[in-house]
Amino acid sequence: MGRAFAVVVILITLVSAYFFAAHTWWLPDGASSHAPALDEQFKSTFLEAGLAFVLSQILLGIFVWKYRDKGDGAKPKLFPGGAKGPVLTAFILVGVELVGLELMGSKVWAQLYYQQPPADAVKVYVSAEQFAYYFRYPGPDGKFGGMHPDKIDVSTENFFGLDKENDVDARDDIVTGTLAIPVNRPVELILHAKDVNHSFYVPEMRIQQDFVPGIEIPIHFTPTKIGDYQIVCTQLCGLGHYSMKAPLKVLSQPDYDKWLLEQAANQ
Amino acid sequence: MQHKHSFLVALAVFALSSFVSAGDVSGTVKFDGTAPHMKPIDMAKEPVCQKEHNPPVAIQAVVPGPNNTLDNVLVYVSKGLPAGKTYPTPGQPVTFDQHGCMYNPHVTALMVNQDFHVTNSDPVAHNIHPLAKVNKEWNKSQPPGSAPIDAKFDKPEITIPIKCNIHPWMRGYLAVFDHPYFAVSDADGKFTIKGLPAGHYTITAWQESWGEQTAEIDVPASGAKTLDLTFKARPVY
Repeated sequence: MGRAFAVVVILITLVSAYFFAAHTWWLPDGASSHAPALDEQFKSTFLEAGLAFVLSQILLGIFVWKYRDKGDGAKPKLFPGGAKGPVLTAFILVGVELVGLELMGSKVWAQLYYQQPPADAVKVYVSAEQFAYYFRYPGPDGKFGGMHPDKIDVSTENFFGLDKENDVDARDDIVTGTLAIPVNRPVELILHAKDVNHSFYVPEMRIQQDFVPGIEIPIHFTPTKIGDYQIVCTQLCGLGHYSMKAPLKVLSQPDYDKWLLEQAANQ
Repeated sequence: MQHKHSFLVALAVFALSSFVSAGDVSGTVKFDGTAPHMKPIDMAKEPVCQKEHNPPVAIQAVVPGPNNTLDNVLVYVSKGLPAGKTYPTPGQPVTFDQHGCMYNPHVTALMVNQDFHVTNSDPVAHNIHPLAKVNKEWNKSQPPGSAPIDAKFDKPEITIPIKCNIHPWMRGYLAVFDHPYFAVSDADGKFTIKGLPAGHYTITAWQESWGEQTAEIDVPASGAKTLDLTFKARPVY
């Protein structure tokens, strides 16, 4: 029984580790400038934790096999020296692992969260509501109009509460249901939740950020591959959460300029 | 002989008057000024519905018809009906469809306890949510291909906005009456309120962006009465 258990433990360990090593279900190709560094961190973490996992499970299997009940009435022996030694060892090993990974990963984290985007980044406001995303560009005047929550009226497509009657800056603001950004230029998104928690997730961009009601959250990244992607909500937000998505288009600069003009005509 | 003749005439007049002692009020709803700009609806979040509208459909806050007429205006008798009189609930349902992620019709009116029959003709789920304040507020999911929803509203309420909890741009309006004297103007701005008994009434027209216009009217014992109502155009932001 003990031998069978040992074999099962080791088999499960090897089979599950295989799927990670073989990249059977893996991330899509990265399409942003920080993707390589983030993927490196991701792989290092899995490699390190995976090796530790496989080794410790094989060790467990060996112990289960070697110290199994042989039916001779022998009592289980205690680890020489008691539990203190193993517990201390575990603390040290796990501590080194955690601190090491944290130090390695802090660079990628800092790049995303502690560095400000350049002043010429494309700035877009994002409003998440149950169950759609809407995006706001400043328009030809380069200025965003003020947001007035009491003026929000989804039945007239006024998702940002713009006061076009009195606010001159708001008149040429472009509001769309599709986020288009130019390739190889930094983009800054300001995330605003209209009602409850939502999340902004684009796997290829390696960007995921919650929307939190009451807080305007800036994120920035630089897309590096032209293409069509999908923004999906990964924070359960209600009965339509499954349906909450928006298209993301990464375009060449001329195509992006053209797209902006087309959207301006649709306001 | 003369007595019999005049008796027959009197009988005929009496019989006829019991059929034609009510008038119809019809007319056109118009607006003065320039039709406001209506923003196109962005349905990017539901590609299946987005494909149905090429070019995109505009918001329905104001829907003008030819010659400055107005579609989707609710017209109803607001004053003048005898107090305490009850009217039978019509047996036929009022249908309300969801198609291309839009409500059809945009403005609907029915009587208290009349069957409100909601269908989903889209290949996506909707969740219909009448925002009633006098009647009970409810919302119900309707996956594609599911059975129609039948609901009733037991109190008069003018008007109940209807929204879809899944698609933010969907908007409709429902008015519930305890009498049958109401109509919604069509694509040419025309409406008819049938069978109004003779009397003096106030007619109210309600437009979702421009509020109300009222008019006083005297309905004759028989025949039709024409009434045109005009709204002053204002931009919709």
